[in-house]
Amino acid sequence: MNALWGLLRKEGYHILRDRRTLAVLIFMPIVQVILFGYSIRTDVKDVRLVIVDPTPDATTLELRNRFRAAGTFRIIAVVPSSAELTPLFQTDTAQVAVEFQSRFGERLAVGEVAQVLVTTDATEPNSGSARQTYVTAVIQNYQQELRQGRGSVRIVPQVRSRFNPTRESTNLFVPGLMAMVLTIIAALMTALSLTREKETGTMETLLVSPLRPWQIIVGKVAPYLLIGFVSVIAVLVEAKVVFHVPIRGSVPLLLVEGTLFILVALSLGILISARTSSQRVAMMAAMIGTMLPTQMLSGFIFPLESMPRLLQWISNIIPATWFVLVARGIMLKGVGLAYLWPETLVLGGMALVLLVASTRSFKVRLE
Amino acid sequence: MPDLAIQAKGLTRTFGGFTAVDHITFEVRAGEVFGFLGANGAGKTTAIRMLTGLLAPSGGDATVAGHDVRREGEAIKRDIGYMSQRFSLYDDLTVRENIQLYGGIYDLSGAEIRDRTQRMLARLGLEHVERQAVRAIPLGWKQKLALSVALLHQPKIVFLDEPTSGVDPITRRQFWELIYETAHGGTTVLVTTHYMDEAEYCDRISIMVAGRIDAMGTPAELKQQAGVESIDELFVRLARPTNGDTSQQATA
Repeated sequence: MNALWGLLRKEGYHILRDRRTLAVLIFMPIVQVILFGYSIRTDVKDVRLVIVDPTPDATTLELRNRFRAAGTFRIIAVVPSSAELTPLFQTDTAQVAVEFQSRFGERLAVGEVAQVLVTTDATEPNSGSARQTYVTAVIQNYQQELRQGRGSVRIVPQVRSRFNPTRESTNLFVPGLMAMVLTIIAALMTALSLTREKETGTMETLLVSPLRPWQIIVGKVAPYLLIGFVSVIAVLVEAKVVFHVPIRGSVPLLLVEGTLFILVALSLGILISARTSSQRVAMMAAMIGTMLPTQMLSGFIFPLESMPRLLQWISNIIPATWFVLVARGIMLKGVGLAYLWPETLVLGGMALVLLVASTRSFKVRLE
Repeated sequence: MPDLAIQAKGLTRTFGGFTAVDHITFEVRAGEVFGFLGANGAGKTTAIRMLTGLLAPSGGDATVAGHDVRREGEAIKRDIGYMSQRFSLYDDLTVRENIQLYGGIYDLSGAEIRDRTQRMLARLGLEHVERQAVRAIPLGWKQKLALSVALLHQPKIVFLDEPTSGVDPITRRQFWELIYETAHGGTTVLVTTHYMDEAEYCDRISIMVAGRIDAMGTPAELKQQAGVESIDELFVRLARPTNGDTSQQATA
């Protein structure tokens, strides 16, 4: 115990004395979340809207007002016929066109089907469909209000969205972003700290000593777990304060899960450093081994459901996949351990497997 | 403690097709200062690494402090001290913190660590720098500190791998005085060096050339047998065989 305590204290000194690295370790996640949080967004703002209204009446004027009031749209033109649309789209003046059928209000009043055609520039399919959804949402709201007044009013089919009714993409991204930033930093910390000792030669002295591999590994992981915990708190505060992502579930549970996830990433870093001999190789392995899979395959940017089965299968072995589920579950859905125990179990299992594998592959002898 | 601190029989280590240590056989008596001489790349470090349990032998056997290097690596670790060729202290820790760290690693009690640290600092005359980072003190002091740290847990045998390389002659002299003190205290010392003048300070030496031990004995014996004035001369003769004699070690 004396030996382990000595190691922990020594690692603490290393961390505290290297102020610059410590600052990087703590501030990097915060800065990355801000940068990514603002740049990875699928929200659309300032949508350039054209209204095609052959026979303006009270209903279409009211709908136009609704679009103006929504804040997302800017009506750049109101034209009488769809013939004028093509040049507007071609010059990128318009992004969405809302075309009312003639005698729109009249049709509604007598209970006929009133059609409205929403045309979107789909050059960028994602933002295109996002804009389309915004438009339909405005129309649907209006329809709903009308329905409460009179009986059946039919304008367009209905779409629902749950958990993220405001359709803020930050709500979706920030938990994933936290996962990515925390994995990278955590894996990097441990990957570098063990290989640094191999490079400076102090590792030889540790290996000749009676220290057991598990002691060396615990001595390396534990201090960084503390830094990781600080990062988790920082990133959560940031999510809440800067991006206004709600935390509907239990905050302590989220902290515990975050720390568990950090432990998995630290263990991954230790495994990498146990199997590499230079800081450079360890850094590359840690970056590539965490950043790419976390970005591509954790379901944080690209939905897993639309991936080929092989990639879906691979995504299961990526820790972030599970943490994203946990974080979204706690933050957005407000669920607790009763729903999240399988994910928690998987993360715990991963940490255990990685730590045991590191202890095993940690060579007491040099090669 | 057996009379023989170290016993190696046909100890061999290969790396792929390269034989770094080629069937070396030697014995080191308890309490002796035994020198491993040889040029860079002669196999001294590899031999030490096998004896300290850092490398598995490819062939042959060895016992260290009575323990088999193949099977009883963990037992050996408690009985030996090791000062590696590369710097083995932590640069960013202070002198005192380094000593405390190693005391902890070898499971000394807090009281033992405090007591030994105090005595060591006094003996080395390093009390005034105990709170300075090791990075900031001169190389000669670092080397003396590293040796003392390797001896902190009072091992039966201490392995010193080129402890004096890069150190000025005066500090080298002082360092050897420390080695003598250690041996007088009953600790066996196995030291490697490529400074031939240091051979004269050893009780017995072995000269390694291309992985093999080409000569072994007391410095006086060796000089007499070869009819040379100094170990340096003997070494040059062994390492670069002239026409005719000792032709078996052709390529190195």
